[in-house]
Amino acid sequence: MLRPHDSIIVQTLGHFLIPVVQIFGLYVLFFGQYGPGGGFVGGVILGTGMILSVLIFGHDASRSQVAKKVLHVDGVGMLIYAGVGGLCMIGGGEFLNYANLEIPGMETASRRSLGIVLTQVGVAVDVAVTAVSIVFSLSAEDIVEDSING
Amino acid sequence: MIVSYEIPLLLLLLVTAGGAILVKDLMSAVLLLGSYSFFLALVWAWLGAVDVAFVEAVVGAGLATVFFLLTLFGTNPKDTRLRRRPPSLATLIIFPLLGLLLLYAASDLPGFGDPNSPASVHISPTYLEQSYQDTHTPNVVTSVLMDYRSLDTMVETVVIFAAGIACALLLRRHA
Repeated sequence: MLRPHDSIIVQTLGHFLIPVVQIFGLYVLFFGQYGPGGGFVGGVILGTGMILSVLIFGHDASRSQVAKKVLHVDGVGMLIYAGVGGLCMIGGGEFLNYANLEIPGMETASRRSLGIVLTQVGVAVDVAVTAVSIVFSLSAEDIVEDSING
Repeated sequence: MIVSYEIPLLLLLLVTAGGAILVKDLMSAVLLLGSYSFFLALVWAWLGAVDVAFVEAVVGAGLATVFFLLTLFGTNPKDTRLRRRPPSLATLIIFPLLGLLLLYAASDLPGFGDPNSPASVHISPTYLEQSYQDTHTPNVVTSVLMDYRSLDTMVETVVIFAAGIACALLLRRHA
């Protein structure tokens, strides 16, 4: 179990830094089509922001509740990604062929662009949740006793 | 090709990698591994692979270090000092030979940025020329990853998901 960090410098920096990290993660996620970045990196940065809040404010602080709730959406990222693929099949094409997304009034290239954005969001959700989940697994209270006693 | 400021970079890469292996304290090894990832990210950026550099910096230097440190804190602190036997004679003979063999094979690789290498004449020109018209996505890396090779990326996402599930099943007893 992680307890809150007792240094005032770390706490103050955490208050300031975590929102900036989250905004930067969203920027990297949605800017991935125009520059370096994308779903994977954006997801890792979003997850890192939540990990920072857990490391600085501890497991039970109200600021870490978002990170705790995030664990409930384990698998939603995969669902988004595969769901986009399924929508393409419903549209009459191959799995993950975004040109078959059924959106009236959009040309093929724009549909594929939209498909890229949606699947990137799926990857980002999956990666962020996994990162937070691994940190919670690694810092669970009963690891130490269990690994020593058997 | 190699300009003066890249040589210190490659030297730092070698020094941090060797240091991570040779150092006795596991905590120092983790931090050295983090700095190794950071220098590796600079090398990727120098080679022009900015997306790879970004991932290396964020995952290798940031996230993996946090995972390693949490693992060290979660295990018995007495275990963090490493006792390693000296390598055997066979190791000392076979591994340099293997290295020489790999260096010999590497001399046959196409030069960096060679326009006639197999990697740049097969399908890459098609992607580079058509990806913007096909997908309206200026970053070719993203359009190849998420559109042309979307199924691969989906299975990679499954791998990450499986890693998270495996950690939770192995480490969390009641949560």
